[in-house]
Amino acid sequence: MHKPARIRMAHGAGARLTGELVAEVFAASFGGPVLSRLEDSAEVYLPGSRLAFTTDCHVVRPLFFPGGDIGRLAVCGTVNDLAVKGARPRFLSLGFILAEGLELEMLERVARSVGAAAREAGAEVVAGDTKVVEAAAADGIFITSSGVGEIPAGRNLSIASAREGDLLVLSGNIAEHGVAVLDARESLGLGRDFASDCAPLNALVECACSAAPGLRALRDPTRGGLASVCLEIAAASGRRLVVDETALPIRPPVRAACEILGLDPLYVANEGLFVAVVPPDQAEALLKALRADPRGSDAAVIGRVERGNGDAEVETEAGGRRRLAWVEGEPLPRIC
Amino acid sequence: MCLAVPGRVTEINGKTARVEYAGGLVRETGLDVLPQTAVGDYVLVHAGYAISRIDEDEARETLRMIEEMGGVEP
Amino acid sequence: MNPEPGAFRDPRLARKLVAEIDELAEGRQATFMEVCGTHTVAIARSGLKSMLPASVRLVSGPGCPVCVTPQGEIERSISAARLPGVILATFGDMIRVPGSAGSLEAARSEGRDVRVLFSPRDALNLAEENPGRQVVFVGVGFETTIPGFCAALREARERGIGNLSVLNSFRLVPPALRVVLEHGPGVDGFILPGHVSAILGTAPYGFLAEAGRSAVVAGFEPVDVLLAIRMLLRQEAEDRRTVEVAYRRAVRPEGNPAARRLIEETLETADAGWRGLGVLPASGLRFRKGFADFDAGRRFDLETPEAPEPAGCRCAEVLLGKLGPRDCGLFGGRCTPEDPVGPCMVSSEGSCAAEYRYGQTED
Repeated sequence: MHKPARIRMAHGAGARLTGELVAEVFAASFGGPVLSRLEDSAEVYLPGSRLAFTTDCHVVRPLFFPGGDIGRLAVCGTVNDLAVKGARPRFLSLGFILAEGLELEMLERVARSVGAAAREAGAEVVAGDTKVVEAAAADGIFITSSGVGEIPAGRNLSIASAREGDLLVLSGNIAEHGVAVLDARESLGLGRDFASDCAPLNALVECACSAAPGLRALRDPTRGGLASVCLEIAAASGRRLVVDETALPIRPPVRAACEILGLDPLYVANEGLFVAVVPPDQAEALLKALRADPRGSDAAVIGRVERGNGDAEVETEAGGRRRLAWVEGEPLPRIC
Repeated sequence: MCLAVPGRVTEINGKTARVEYAGGLVRETGLDVLPQTAVGDYVLVHAGYAISRIDEDEARETLRMIEEMGGVEP
Repeated sequence: MNPEPGAFRDPRLARKLVAEIDELAEGRQATFMEVCGTHTVAIARSGLKSMLPASVRLVSGPGCPVCVTPQGEIERSISAARLPGVILATFGDMIRVPGSAGSLEAARSEGRDVRVLFSPRDALNLAEENPGRQVVFVGVGFETTIPGFCAALREARERGIGNLSVLNSFRLVPPALRVVLEHGPGVDGFILPGHVSAILGTAPYGFLAEAGRSAVVAGFEPVDVLLAIRMLLRQEAEDRRTVEVAYRRAVRPEGNPAARRLIEETLETADAGWRGLGVLPASGLRFRKGFADFDAGRRFDLETPEAPEPAGCRCAEVLLGKLGPRDCGLFGGRCTPEDPVGPCMVSSEGSCAAEYRYGQTED
């Protein structure tokens, strides 16, 4: 079959061209036995489990950036939303909205990336859909990803359970993804040192749950950064979260880039990190287990939970204290 | 209005310099606003231009002065 | 060997200075105004106010160029973005600032070509790479930023780049300080902007001392600001009023003459409007005849519409240090960073925005 160079409206029409796209791009890149049946719904088995179920929409620009692309982001984003609930990610579905005129080669790259990420996470893509819209309506590719996972019996992670005295553990270096994507999008030319940390976290989560059975909650600080997650945990639990600015793991070039661009690392997006709320007597064990894993080698205790009113504060490097506030919109570079 | 970051000048090509920042980050910078800059200088960079040289002796002196504080003279 | 940049964030040195400040402030009330938006943010982010004694009060002044850009000039930049063939270039700081109908970010969502740049130098390449289009740069900034613009335009001339122009919203700091003196209340002393002063030197601030106020040029790290406060309190205690430099590693008393020459040869002073404050004499700049073709307002015949201040807005008083952010009836209710009424809430370095984001949590 002659492969077209670009996506046409007909690729989304549900007829022959759609079938070819699904078989030759999607199924070939990330299909397993269930997807290949190409039924209208995927029939899957999860006997007697508590399920976690999530959906994400992905509109990242640019589509490809150092360390990842929209496909990898879609899989990891959904896998990680399941993982931080303590669920083992099992089945994923992906909806693609494609712009007419999109080069097929770009879609193939994204599809291959989806396959690789799903394999890395041990999850199976079992369903999907494709539509094509006029070029002006979509910026190349938008992806909606949904996922279902199994929560093992006895595991109860919830941000509402944070308690006074608990510690906050961050699994790795912050601000990698946001800075890398900004660099790629605005062609800042920051250099080879920057790459997204986009990765599936489920294996690291299993490691954390084994090491600290009393773990209260996990959250992944994606859009809105670590600050937003701390505020969410504080609000849900009715406590005060206090972050120790000097304890935040951040690579020197990333810190320098944030300073030059006037970005606050606390608000920059991450795609391969989680924050754990852990009872103080299990923090050490958690840290040890995380650091032994390549994805958690920079893990650190970054703060604690205090009595409070659903707010959050930062203990600053100089020794002061300030409120951690919500911020509207994506952090933008500034010169002032 | 004045976010400026200190960096070391490692190379000069006419009116442009390579400046190295903490963490190994390297960016090209204009020297039009600070024409007397030399390689090895430590400069403050604002919006892509070096605006002032950082005098490292003065920096050390300022830190030393603060270190020696301890009680206010009557 | 160069001192670590972190040395000026050292909590141990901060504590020493706080101890000095505590002693100097004993039995004394002092209100100091920090003028520069970057200082507002630096002070807020380092939690400095939580370390100072209650008798030392810090108020923010009108030194936020984004905040004080008149709404009409924001309208003008949005109009420029809507012209066919224009690439509107701006610093990130400006992109969300609301005019009376929309912002540059909103214009970008509508499909206009609005780009965030980090330096006027980037505009040169942008113009060269897009020969069929016009690059219009929103020129917002004080004396720290203006020389860079002048340098870029000169380079444009040398390289024969004709499709670049600047929307002039440049402002000067000393005239704003004069207004604070004239209309502001009992501000005892000033924390002067370190990087503007790296350009200007100390001479332009002499009138502050003559008016009986203490003044210290400060850097932006927590230790820098604390040192400046200590020096201001010393002046108060010794009944000395002068302009001193705490930021000696970066500021020479004579400033940066080459930078000032660049400004003088490209621009001349002019009266200019400041959002919230009205027109201040000789507080802005206009292009000299030889550079008039770089003036985007002229090139595209763009008007700067009049824009009245919204009802109930008390930014003028806040900008002059007469009113604290929390004392404004609109603060946090009708006026928030997401939905700002006036300039003080508009940009992240505005006094009200900084207070809203970083202010002490009520216990």
